[in-house]
Amino acid sequence: MTDATYDALIVGAGHNGLACAAYLASGGRKVLVLEAGERPGGLAATREFAEGFRVSAAAHLLNMLSPEVAKELALERHGLAYAARNLKTVVLPGNGRQLVIDGDRLEGASANDQAAFTEFQRRMRRYAKVLNRFCARPFPHLTERRGRDNRLLAKLAWDVRTLGKADMRELLRIGAINIHDVAEEQFENPLLKAALSMDAVLGSHMGPRSPNTVYAYLHRHLNDDGQGPALVKGGMGALGDAFAAAAEAAGATIRYGARIASIDLTDCRAAGVTLADGTNLAAALVVSNADLKSTFQLVGPLNLDAGFVRRVHNFRARGVTAKLHLALDGLPEFRGLNPADAGSRLLAATTMDGIEGAFNHAKYGECSPQPVMEVTIATVHDDSLAPPGKHVLSAVAQYAPYALKAGWRAGRETFMHSCLSQLEALAPGIGEQVIAAELLTPPDLEARFGLRGGHWHHGEIALDQALFTRPVPGANHYATPVPGLYLCGASAHPGGGLLGLAGRNAAKAILAGADAA
Amino acid sequence: MKKYDAIVIGAGHNGLCNAAYLAKAGLDVLVLERNPHIGGASVSRELYPGWTYTNCSYVCSLLRPEISRDLELARHGLQVVPYHGGVTFTQDGDHFGNYPDAERLYREMARHSRRDANAYERFEADVTKQTRLIRQFLLTTPPDPTSFKPRDLKGLLEMASAFTGMGEEGLLDTVRFWTMSIGDFLDEYFESDVIKAHLSGSGIIGTALGVYSPGTAYVLLHHYMGEVDGNVGAWGFARGGMGAVAEALASSFRAFGGEIVCDADVHRVIVERGRAAGVALADGTEHRAKLVVSNLDPKRTFLQCFDASDLPAPVVEQARNFKIRGSSGKLNIALDGLPTFKGLAPNSPLMLSDMHCTDSLERMERAYDDWKAGTWSKDPYVDTLIPTTVDPTMAPAGKHMMTVFVQYCPPALAEGPWTPQARDAFGQTVIDQIAEHSPNFKDLILDCEVRTPHELEDEVGLTEGNIFHGELTFDQLLFNRPFPGCAQYRGPLRGFYLCGSGTHPGGGVMAAPGANAAREILADLRRPDVTPPSYLND
Repeated sequence: MTDATYDALIVGAGHNGLACAAYLASGGRKVLVLEAGERPGGLAATREFAEGFRVSAAAHLLNMLSPEVAKELALERHGLAYAARNLKTVVLPGNGRQLVIDGDRLEGASANDQAAFTEFQRRMRRYAKVLNRFCARPFPHLTERRGRDNRLLAKLAWDVRTLGKADMRELLRIGAINIHDVAEEQFENPLLKAALSMDAVLGSHMGPRSPNTVYAYLHRHLNDDGQGPALVKGGMGALGDAFAAAAEAAGATIRYGARIASIDLTDCRAAGVTLADGTNLAAALVVSNADLKSTFQLVGPLNLDAGFVRRVHNFRARGVTAKLHLALDGLPEFRGLNPADAGSRLLAATTMDGIEGAFNHAKYGECSPQPVMEVTIATVHDDSLAPPGKHVLSAVAQYAPYALKAGWRAGRETFMHSCLSQLEALAPGIGEQVIAAELLTPPDLEARFGLRGGHWHHGEIALDQALFTRPVPGANHYATPVPGLYLCGASAHPGGGLLGLAGRNAAKAILAGADAA
Repeated sequence: MKKYDAIVIGAGHNGLCNAAYLAKAGLDVLVLERNPHIGGASVSRELYPGWTYTNCSYVCSLLRPEISRDLELARHGLQVVPYHGGVTFTQDGDHFGNYPDAERLYREMARHSRRDANAYERFEADVTKQTRLIRQFLLTTPPDPTSFKPRDLKGLLEMASAFTGMGEEGLLDTVRFWTMSIGDFLDEYFESDVIKAHLSGSGIIGTALGVYSPGTAYVLLHHYMGEVDGNVGAWGFARGGMGAVAEALASSFRAFGGEIVCDADVHRVIVERGRAAGVALADGTEHRAKLVVSNLDPKRTFLQCFDASDLPAPVVEQARNFKIRGSSGKLNIALDGLPTFKGLAPNSPLMLSDMHCTDSLERMERAYDDWKAGTWSKDPYVDTLIPTTVDPTMAPAGKHMMTVFVQYCPPALAEGPWTPQARDAFGQTVIDQIAEHSPNFKDLILDCEVRTPHELEDEVGLTEGNIFHGELTFDQLLFNRPFPGCAQYRGPLRGFYLCGSGTHPGGGVMAAPGANAAREILADLRRPDVTPPSYLND
């Protein structure tokens, strides 16, 4: 045994790493979190991109955070506050009439669509609730079952059964297909169909016609309470701060500026880490909040089975999502948008074909000339983010593939220009208002947050990489082929989206494993 | 008026197979066919004097061997001659030859990538594993996961145990295989563009999906799970064209006392007191029977052969939402001689195999993007064969017949329905593509029949020209095929059944849906099961 000061070292202070630290510390473990950067939160970050202008650097809306995690870690007591909740979603129409989604209520759609939407929401919420049961705990083993796995599987099967014949049949029918077909079956309004498609493709290398997008839609609505998303006061970094405070309150220690050079093995077991400055830290447990590929890069392929290395290599993590930040001289005026709705979640995508067309380019390593965007102007609700009278626009823009054929040196200007001209068409004059602009491409996200491939969710959330197959066979129960090394980040089940569940599940798996041993 | 035990609508291979088993069990069965010839999409026709065109389905492999043996199709005249391999021509004048000989294939792959040559064995083993798993479900009725009936629960348990029997990693790999795209799947093994393109074709043939659409790895199985003479995954030519399959099934059916009437266009299923009681033909003739079986696709069956008022409303809705998207076209060409191909010796074994001209996944996927936009692919994927190199009975001596399967080709164009001009332009695109690799090809063309989804629908009755009677996506597979509630071959009203490719296990000239439907019908009639059990010990 080691004479280590700590029981567990956690690689990375992303929100999942911090959640895991908090739960492990509550479980009586001595935990040290090692973070390469100077602040906690990972992708939950606030960034000053121009003097006086701050913005959520990656995810800008909070809609998935697990209520259990928020409650158990008392995040609100640790400083999490909202600038706005239950945001409406507005699909910017360009020339027509805007569509507003306010909870279950639609404005700007036909009575038929309203009726269909109410039913759609009811179903989806039921499905998400069942899916949540699969996600809120480590997934049971399927063939190497023990008593606990059998009980859990029976319970999960029962949860699905309780949907009743009609809803269960519909789930089994649409669960693995694409949002395009489901939307075509049920709705008329193209803006509504586009809005549902955006929910299904944001952050992923998929278009509305890609099978799996219904699952992606459900994943996004995992903790949907029927309201809209929320804006975190002070930007998403405040969420990271709250997680850090919760972890520290539970007894974990966080060390910043500690870049990890390798995860070290002794007798084929994880035994500690070496920092970039040469410091060796020993612990019986190493828990990685880094993405799958980065994690096993730190272990080194020579310490791993060739088949497993191949699996890690094949994990699909092709980022297609860029982030556009604009410092604005005033509030932009979007055509057809009721000014009172300027602080809503704005979608710049008017048809499913338009989104699919934008995706086409990503398949071939090209940027979309007509990108689709999810836009927020957080300063409408939170004046702490910009100087008085000024505004900050934050847009999640797709599709901008990580591996751009033309190279990002040349592609950056072009994609920025494409985004700005899309915005200009929707809000004439916005170009004049821009004081400063910043585009974070997938390679930028990789460099800044250590995400291999620049994928927001650490890896595609598609059925071959979801639930019990996430991230890869052999590492799908938080434990990895390296004894003592665990995963706790978005690469692990249930995946990304600022849920906090991967960290919580990992801690549970670790603590349960220790109990069993 | 004579009352039959059963009427089967449509003399496609599944209708004939179904009828043969019902007749074998002693029922008095009538098969009604709209066309003057039987076979549906499994036909051989002389459309140019002296040439036999196998103008819909064109190769044979999936036909379940259990059925073929049980109905003694060989005795009834069916002979399947195997062919092997394939070739993909590249734009730089080279090619990749998928040689049947393992040593030669290794050398050929290594010529493009040594890494790929070494990965091929692993690829084959992994696909074979999936093939073995799926084969045991082909001749079974899918259990209904929402039902609490003992038989469904038993079926579900059997299915679960087949899956868990693969072990934890095996099971996870299966789930991954069923849900991933053929492009991503191949990317896990291979690096050479042309090798990936060559192997990806089977993942998209007949489906309105691209090589990067999740779910297409599974479609690969629909082209790997067959066999010829016990060689799993092998393909062959039915001697005399695919019509020979239908003829053999018909002959077997007649030997059991069955009756086939052609030129009998079923207009409507007669429903009396909530049960199917017979059919009315377009010319007004009525035929009565205790039960009616439809070999037509689900859309055609429920939306065209019924008064909507005779059906439960949800079924009409389900039929309307059933996805049956035409994505392929076909050229059947009479050739004055054997064309030569750049880089291939005239006696190359690759001349006996399927030929392709698409040498990268990107070109494969871009062909699909054209389809999404409502136009035929400007750079299409073609699967070209010259069956006369193996079966000389199909053309006069020294002459040849070429069959060209083309993907993608939409059921209607963005600017409106198909016109003869558009059809010819589509045909010309395909001919030009082949001619790029075969300098004398154009000069040899004596006749060319161009078929878009429009022609396939018109003549064969395939809605939107979909060759599988419905997309092979998860919402339409297993217990979802054709839709939940109708997936056990029973229609939504008593005395009515489905037996076409729109039911499990789906399309391809497999005959499994026909046999499975017969088993369910005989069970309902409390008659002994005469259909063959699925054999597992391959």
